[in-house]
Amino acid sequence: MPDHNNTIIKLDGVRKSFGAVHALSGVDLEIRIGEALGIVGHNGAGKSTLMHILAGSLQADTGSISIHDAAPVEGYGIAEAQAAGIRTVFQELSLCPNLTVAENTRIMNPEIKGFNWRSRASRQILDKLDEIFPGHGISANAYVGDLPIAKRQMVEISRAFTSISTPLNLVILDEPTSSLDAIVSEQLLTYVRKFTEAGGSCILISHLLNEILTTTNRIIVMQDGKVVDERATSRFDRDSLVEAMGSVAEHEENGDHAGKVRTREAEPILSVQPNETAGDMVMEIYPGEIVGLAGLSGHGQTETLVDIFLDKRKAGGKSRLPMALVAGDRQVDGIFPLWSIGKNISIASHGEFVRFGLIDHDQEKQLADSWKDKIGIQTPDLENNILSLSGGNQQKALFARALGSTAEMILMDDPMRGVDIGTKQEVYGLLRQEAAQGRTFIWYTTEMNELEHCDHIYVFREGNIVANLTRNELTEQKVLHASFEGG
Amino acid sequence: MEGLLNPRLMRNLLPAFSLTILLILIFYIQPRTMSYLGLNLLLNLALPIAFATLAQMCVMTVNDLDLGIGSFVGFVACVGATFLRDTPAIGILILLGCVGVYAGLGALIHQRNLPSIVVTLGMSFVWLGLALLVLPTPGGKAPDWARAIMTWKTPMVPFTIYASIFVALAVHFLLMRSAYGVVLRGAGGNPRSVERAGWSLLRIKMAMYALAGFFGILSGIALIGLTTSADANIALRYTLLSIAGAILGGGEFVGGRISPIGAVIGATTLTLAGSFLSFLRISPDWQIGAQGGILIIVLALRVLINRMEAK
Amino acid sequence: MNSAKPGLKHIMSAPWIWAYLAAFVVWLATVLFTGGQGSIQILSAALSFATFSVIVGIGQMYVITLGPGNVDLSIPATMTFAGAVSMKIMDTQDAMIVPGLLIAIGCGAAVGIFNYGLIRALRIPPIIATLSSSFLVQSAAIAYGRGIKIKPPPILADFTTWRIFDIPVLAICVIALAAVMSVVLHRTVFGRSVTAIGQNQRAAALAGIPVDFIRFATYVQSAVFAGLCGYLLSGFSGGASLNMGAEYLLASIAVVVIGGTSVAGGHSNVPGLWGAALFMFLLVTMLNTYGLTAGYRLILTGLIIVTVITLAGGRKQE
Repeated sequence: MPDHNNTIIKLDGVRKSFGAVHALSGVDLEIRIGEALGIVGHNGAGKSTLMHILAGSLQADTGSISIHDAAPVEGYGIAEAQAAGIRTVFQELSLCPNLTVAENTRIMNPEIKGFNWRSRASRQILDKLDEIFPGHGISANAYVGDLPIAKRQMVEISRAFTSISTPLNLVILDEPTSSLDAIVSEQLLTYVRKFTEAGGSCILISHLLNEILTTTNRIIVMQDGKVVDERATSRFDRDSLVEAMGSVAEHEENGDHAGKVRTREAEPILSVQPNETAGDMVMEIYPGEIVGLAGLSGHGQTETLVDIFLDKRKAGGKSRLPMALVAGDRQVDGIFPLWSIGKNISIASHGEFVRFGLIDHDQEKQLADSWKDKIGIQTPDLENNILSLSGGNQQKALFARALGSTAEMILMDDPMRGVDIGTKQEVYGLLRQEAAQGRTFIWYTTEMNELEHCDHIYVFREGNIVANLTRNELTEQKVLHASFEGG
Repeated sequence: MEGLLNPRLMRNLLPAFSLTILLILIFYIQPRTMSYLGLNLLLNLALPIAFATLAQMCVMTVNDLDLGIGSFVGFVACVGATFLRDTPAIGILILLGCVGVYAGLGALIHQRNLPSIVVTLGMSFVWLGLALLVLPTPGGKAPDWARAIMTWKTPMVPFTIYASIFVALAVHFLLMRSAYGVVLRGAGGNPRSVERAGWSLLRIKMAMYALAGFFGILSGIALIGLTTSADANIALRYTLLSIAGAILGGGEFVGGRISPIGAVIGATTLTLAGSFLSFLRISPDWQIGAQGGILIIVLALRVLINRMEAK
Repeated sequence: MNSAKPGLKHIMSAPWIWAYLAAFVVWLATVLFTGGQGSIQILSAALSFATFSVIVGIGQMYVITLGPGNVDLSIPATMTFAGAVSMKIMDTQDAMIVPGLLIAIGCGAAVGIFNYGLIRALRIPPIIATLSSSFLVQSAAIAYGRGIKIKPPPILADFTTWRIFDIPVLAICVIALAAVMSVVLHRTVFGRSVTAIGQNQRAAALAGIPVDFIRFATYVQSAVFAGLCGYLLSGFSGGASLNMGAEYLLASIAVVVIGGTSVAGGHSNVPGLWGAALFMFLLVTMLNTYGLTAGYRLILTGLIIVTVITLAGGRKQE
């Protein structure tokens, strides 16, 4: 029922880029009064960026935003979102750990002040907690930093629903149940239904499809920064939703490597149990294999890789192997922004070039040059700053760093984020070549078709391995079902 | 719920605990200190150090550090012993200007995202230079009212104790209990979240720096009230003492975890440690050593408590 | 609020040139005022005094290069301590010069190990760790030295004040030291690692750099240079005095900042240290020559530091 007088907020052609990455490429979205809207999509589909734009904490590059069918708001920001009665529960914790529950409530509600504000803030948050999560057991005077993560999330959600004078029109919940157990999650979903029946609106983002299917009235599916499907919830079921999310991924031809499965023999060179509890599945890595780690992002894959690399896990099999890591989050984990491309490449190998205590520049340059050609880094000069490269070429430099080292095992942390398709194909080829020469790879990827290059796949969910597939057994359905609940 | 062994409670009680231990030690070794006069001597310089520590704590609340507070207190003392006595109007105007300069520093550091250490270190030269211009050689005279307040013979226990308690409670109310104080501390704990809730981080930083300037002024005036004359170098030690005091009082370097009452207790502990040693005619050489030792012991205790918590 | 604009960054990419330029301008202004009188002597004195700022500046620069929050506040105490201990042990005997040097360096190393021990064991920020240890070290120095100024061995005194054609020999040695440390910074695995950690500690660890060991070595190095400086300065100024380190806390940080090293870490500059140290001394000389009092000198110094850091800007740190 598209009744246009009932719109709370409307987005028209909203685009947002971070450097070369297009997080949102033209989103039209309308949120109506009294509806619960579900948003699903793979990692990097643009959901979180969209939420930040609605919350006003990010500004769109182009496109317009209008409130209640009024004229588009110029420079829509935090103040405008607040005035429109829009509250957001972000994925990452947005509470101040050094403050109490009541004090955090006050931060969100500037109206709570003056004499006796503390007891009013306490009453506000406790009433809301009681309403949403009966039996929560949280004290208003508890410090947030002392609360377990689930209770923090409960406080944060309840805080978003407190409101003093501005009417609360829209509450955006980004993965609100990620650290809640089933019972508490159900309490929240029940409240969301009640809230929307009473005329409020809600946006729910969740990787738990059942939550979306049972709670919302309408679902949009996002992919590559665009809305690719939109239906009333009644016209989706679990399978059609999974299909809508996955079907868009283009399958490329796999060529000659498909179908061949390496037989696992002898001893694994590494075996790791991600959460170190007895009885859980163990990941085994055999020499010369490409092992894929799958699952939704943030489910323990990166942590497992980093721990393997920093030798924090008691790894079975052989003792310490020479390893290298290719970071996926380039800016945070990989790039040295003040250095040249060459230095960025040679950092993992510079110990090799030491002559009389000094790093030999010629050898260093040779290494970088040879990899520049091998992996095709597009730059006139390796002496240029690393930031002069495009994202994809920066990533190639990180690949060159790892592959150019003497490491026998290479760990890759979803390294193809924001890399163009041509580069990807080149790198895939290179990986196969290197593996054929005996190198071992552990490859965490969020892209389905990349898993097809792996000999063995482990699917992660909530820090555990929940599925163990050989290449022959691999299907997209299996991975999706394992990644979402109850695989 | 968790009883007395609650780590947070233990952490909060640690400063008072250290002070009590030190006091018991002092009273045991030298029972004569358990008198009005004895306490007055022991705690003589506690108030100016407490104010300087509170100033430092304000800056630490927003995850910064002020390496210029000592010189600033010295400058205020020099202004206090000259302008404030001779031409009070100009004196007050200068001091108000100082608060403005501090707020400006906060704005500069926030807007340009500068390391507070370097900026305040640079400012320490400026304050020291200004102090030398105001008072090239030690001298001047404190305003009579400052002298009168600081030497006020209060009943029961010395003035310093009343004043310390009052100041600690007042600042506790301002930063820990008031509605705006919550926002100020929140900005240290999770700046992004405070900003997303619609507060201006710039204003918060300016407010905390201005408050630091204000406490620096109180420190300087309290100091000349005690010493009667001023000297540009009079308070250089306060920079390090104030950091130590704030940390000793349970403040943390980042994350907006502060405790005004703890800071005053921490400053008092450091003063006691210092003056007690000289009281015992132990060479003042060991004063700073003792202060450093106390700081390290308390930090080690805190690590132990945190370890307990982690279990 | 965005990070520094790339354009500005390019202009500031060789900021140490400004330090030399500023030093030259200030020197010129002084010489013009005096009508050319004493122009060489001023330079010679500047070289002599800058030497000591440079020695501690090198150590401080490596520490600051490790990134935000890294700074060594124990330098003055370490200088005093090493100076006092080595002077007392040498007891004005020329034969003890080398053992004395080793002892001074040993004192520095001990302080450095203690500093990093505190950082690791108490999990406290380096500022607090080096601050607390400086209290202890300063106290130890005072207690050990007992406030008596012990003269240095004559040969050490002669060496530290030795001039050939008005050029202080010690300055030449420290120029060589700076050159060596510049090579260490740019050409050794250690230097590379320090710079990498300062840019992005997590990325450095994930590139296989032993972050803990490198940080440890950097703090020890800083303390060792402070110890060396205390030894030489005691020789230069006729003995170890109790507050001889006092001005070097500010000086060590100031020469690093003015010399073009990024306080945000990851980028440092050895030649700039000399330029900045000369500039700082020549500035004071100029203001003296112009008849300005200490007050104005300090104010100008402070304002210059604040201005330089404001222009150089900070890097966005999360």
